[in-house]
Amino acid sequence: MVASLLSVAPSGIPEPFLRAESTAGKFFLMFFAVAFFAAVFGLVLFLASLLKGKRGEQGQGMLFAAPAVLLLAVGLLYPAVLTIIQSLRGKSGDGAFSFENYSAMFSQPELLTVLRNTALWVILVPFLATAIGLLYAILIDRARGEAFAKALIFLPMAISMVGASIIWKFVYQYKQTERPQIGLLNQLFKLVGLETQQFLLEAPLNTLMLIIVMVWIQAGFAMTVLSAAIKAIPDDIIEAARLDGVSGFRMFRYITLPSIRAAVVVVLTTIGIGTLKVFDIVRTMTGGQFDTSVVANEFYNQSFRYNAPGLGAALAVLLFVLVIPIVAYNIVQMRKEA
Amino acid sequence: MSTLQPAATPESMIDDAVPPSSGKAKKTATGDAARAVSSRWASLVAIIIAVLWTTPTVGLLVTSFRTQRDINSSGWWTAFGNPGAFTLENYREALEPGATSSFSQYFINTVVITIPAVLLPIFLASLAAYAFAWMPFPGRDALFVAVFALQIVPLQIALIPLLDMYTNKLGFGASYWSVWLSHTIFALPLATFLIHNFMRELPGELMEAARVDGAGHVTIFFKILLPLLTPALAAFGIFQFLWVWNDLLVSLVFLGGTPDVAPVTVRVAELAGTRGNAWYLLSAGAFISMIVPVVVFLSLQRFFVRGLLAGGLKG
Amino acid sequence: MAHKSPRRTAKVLATLAVVSLGLAACGSSSDDGDSGSGDSAATKIDCAPYEKFGDLKGKEVSVYTTIVAPEDGPHIASYKPFEDCTGVKIKYEGSREMEAQISVRVKGGNAPDIAYLPQPGLLKTLVATGKVIPAPPETEANVDANMPDWKTYGTVDGKFYAAPLGANVKSFVWYSPTAFKDKGYEIPKTWDELLALTDKIATDNPEAKPWCAGIESGDATGWPATDWVEDVMLRTAGAETYDKWVNHEIPFNDPAVATALAEVGKILKNPKYVNGGYGDVKTIASTSFQDAGQPILDGTCFMHRQASFYAANWPEGTNVAEDGDIWAFYLPAKDETTKPVLGAGEVTAAFRDAPEVKAFQTYLASTEWAVERAKTCGTGGCLTANVNVDPTLLKNPIDNLSATMLTDKNATFRFDGSDLMPGAVGAGTFWKGMVNWITGENDKATLDYIENSWPKS
Repeated sequence: MVASLLSVAPSGIPEPFLRAESTAGKFFLMFFAVAFFAAVFGLVLFLASLLKGKRGEQGQGMLFAAPAVLLLAVGLLYPAVLTIIQSLRGKSGDGAFSFENYSAMFSQPELLTVLRNTALWVILVPFLATAIGLLYAILIDRARGEAFAKALIFLPMAISMVGASIIWKFVYQYKQTERPQIGLLNQLFKLVGLETQQFLLEAPLNTLMLIIVMVWIQAGFAMTVLSAAIKAIPDDIIEAARLDGVSGFRMFRYITLPSIRAAVVVVLTTIGIGTLKVFDIVRTMTGGQFDTSVVANEFYNQSFRYNAPGLGAALAVLLFVLVIPIVAYNIVQMRKEA
Repeated sequence: MSTLQPAATPESMIDDAVPPSSGKAKKTATGDAARAVSSRWASLVAIIIAVLWTTPTVGLLVTSFRTQRDINSSGWWTAFGNPGAFTLENYREALEPGATSSFSQYFINTVVITIPAVLLPIFLASLAAYAFAWMPFPGRDALFVAVFALQIVPLQIALIPLLDMYTNKLGFGASYWSVWLSHTIFALPLATFLIHNFMRELPGELMEAARVDGAGHVTIFFKILLPLLTPALAAFGIFQFLWVWNDLLVSLVFLGGTPDVAPVTVRVAELAGTRGNAWYLLSAGAFISMIVPVVVFLSLQRFFVRGLLAGGLKG
Repeated sequence: MAHKSPRRTAKVLATLAVVSLGLAACGSSSDDGDSGSGDSAATKIDCAPYEKFGDLKGKEVSVYTTIVAPEDGPHIASYKPFEDCTGVKIKYEGSREMEAQISVRVKGGNAPDIAYLPQPGLLKTLVATGKVIPAPPETEANVDANMPDWKTYGTVDGKFYAAPLGANVKSFVWYSPTAFKDKGYEIPKTWDELLALTDKIATDNPEAKPWCAGIESGDATGWPATDWVEDVMLRTAGAETYDKWVNHEIPFNDPAVATALAEVGKILKNPKYVNGGYGDVKTIASTSFQDAGQPILDGTCFMHRQASFYAANWPEGTNVAEDGDIWAFYLPAKDETTKPVLGAGEVTAAFRDAPEVKAFQTYLASTEWAVERAKTCGTGGCLTANVNVDPTLLKNPIDNLSATMLTDKNATFRFDGSDLMPGAVGAGTFWKGMVNWITGENDKATLDYIENSWPKS
């Protein structure tokens, strides 16, 4: 212990502040880290409070934003730029300038399948999750036991993607029709007299089966946000509409939906971006086999398994490009509201 | 449908299926009947969705208490016929100490990883969000759009550059510091966006009044904004907590998988791997890793709802 | 040890101190001494080979592998004599994600000291990053003495980097001796006999299938099918053509490969022959390789081709023996005059140039380690590439059988081809191609697809 206290890492940071073996050491390290970061922020704020006058005001603003902006520039922007460069330098990512990776991406049939799957995910997941979340939010609004009913739906959010994949893989388990089933879905098939199916094997059905898992996870998020939005609709608007004889679907179409439009956009965006990055579900359930791979999964494989970081980078760049419309739409929205 | 109901009377909140006989608005008898029917349908659909959403989890939960032989020879729904066959053996085996470590150690590691990785981005993001929302400086809007747009960067592309930086520039290699910083970086775009939206919602007069009284930005931030922000911060905090707690990839890269540092997810991934579809171990392992996030989530859900509402909505 | 340097004396004293501490510990707790006696016996290795690396006390070496709990325990135990003898602490890390993670860590500058690489192809990729340290002469000497035939798998472009470590034999067909006896089936001696037996079983047992197979293995899904092709390729085309195929001197869609694939298809794509216990041909793709052979136990399947390490997958209490519930026979060759054997194993690459790393790398290539590995072996799978280890030390009967096959002078050994091919093929399109082949793609399209994916440069 004494030796480890004295030993110093190459960076000059003493070991106990860097690594810990014992439980006490780990908690010490944790509290030290929190205190350390708090001290750094304190310093930033103190410096900010020293700045006075109009220029000082501006300086304060920059200082407030600086830590986050700096970390993002180093941690995300710089790697993103590196990735773009890599994607233009051949399969290995360090060769001569070429568009080889991009042409490969759009000419290899299996990569085209990957693109098709990604498109399916990005279109289906946000809309299905939002639609189901909205429907459920409306149905249980002000119903008896609303809090409990909500908890049932958004519980999957607390489960990791890997955990969720395990749960659903079990639902999809296959056994021959004549044997006792252990997968719920095939048991249902058997009950109604159908042959049992290998749900994860047949493309493109299998992609839909994976999409269900993501919808299962995300519907709770959509439901939570939209339910809150519905509750925020002023009562007098609904009252007035009702006095005009509006009810049922027309109430939903002309009153509820327009009132929560902004919330719906946020939900669709958040789920959409999350879906583009989806990775764990595909890896856990099919490993990207049987034509179920998506861009994020293929990126990981190409970069880290197949030793083709250039091609992987091109796939990542494609991911950015795919999200740009979503981000742009949101920025336009923000501008409109500002 | 129930949304049609005006500001709900206590009765109607308690029992939606029975239309209230008295409300703010007088309704016709036919309207009441139609509402009762649609309400009954609404309840039915809601129940169907709730069942669909719950059954898969229940199935795996029941499975986790069955013996390996039972799991592979009959469906979990048959288990209720023979409650005596339930066992805790799967959990015992999943929690069994490995060659060099006990399960509790993985839990401690997860806690040590999670707490700073949740606090740090909250603090950084709220500072930045305040600047973006209420402190004019040149290039502010462009910068904010850029931060929001960085949400699109998949974290996988940042693994190698960041690891390289920690190892060769900062000198701390694979350590808790690397994991804390990485989680912070990956969380910042969404956190800044959510908290910024919430801050914009707050009435500007509040800030104006404080400024007139001579309060500086630092005072305003701590005295006025932070207390008002609690729901939004809690909402994001829960998000980030779930993400960090359930993460495998980031900690594998920046911390490594040795038992002295690795989180619970590493252990569960091991269980999943060694024996193929060993449902008896997988199911128990999955529930062990799930229990903390589910409890935290359920106990904090009201913050989550409020915070998201404020953060997500405008106009 | 004729002339002692002062440093050596210190070393010896240190070793003595360690030993006496160990003894003291034993003495004080003699009643719970199930760990005590075994360990102190194990510490008696010859420390001399490591003394030339200098004083290593207090140093640490990290080792990164694919081997996770519970199989990691025996590995960690096998380092103990080295740790005791040199004072070096070995920090073990196993992860199923290792094959992808290792390249992230190496490129990120945070490589482990030693990595067990499960494929020579991966070694080639990592050597290309310039971060792999060539093996020291001491390690090379051990390899020359203990595993000369395998040295090539740790060599890239004529330079020796990584010593072979664990080994396994893949040319096995698992079966139930009791079931075979009941039905009067004989172990086939030639490929044609195997096909004849397959057909006979299919006709005799309408309720069962002769073969069961499964190639699901997470994100490595497909590899068991590539083993099938390689094993059969060795039999139909011979070792020389096999080598050309692996080195891409003949194209992947060469007629020789097509013949082998067609031969595999006679079994794996015949709905009458597969998939015992699971269903139709396609279930092969979704059945995990660990589960795949289990139907042999309940009689719904008779044969399962899988490597020696499959021994660990039989449930506890299964009698794995030549006359027991489960045993394995050699996947027969064309005739009895040839005996091709397919196998695989790991190699140990080093990423830090330090005496303690070199010492550990040397230890892992020594007979001392191989013997220790055999002694501390858990459930089996403890075969090493070391030919100087007495096979009888391997308690697991399948390890024992595998060891005799590896050292058999009449056998022609070949390394798992997909492990030698470039990662994009060997851990990518070859796997994927075989998965698609199982789920319905035809032979030609499968081979063309893999051939087209072969890296051009």
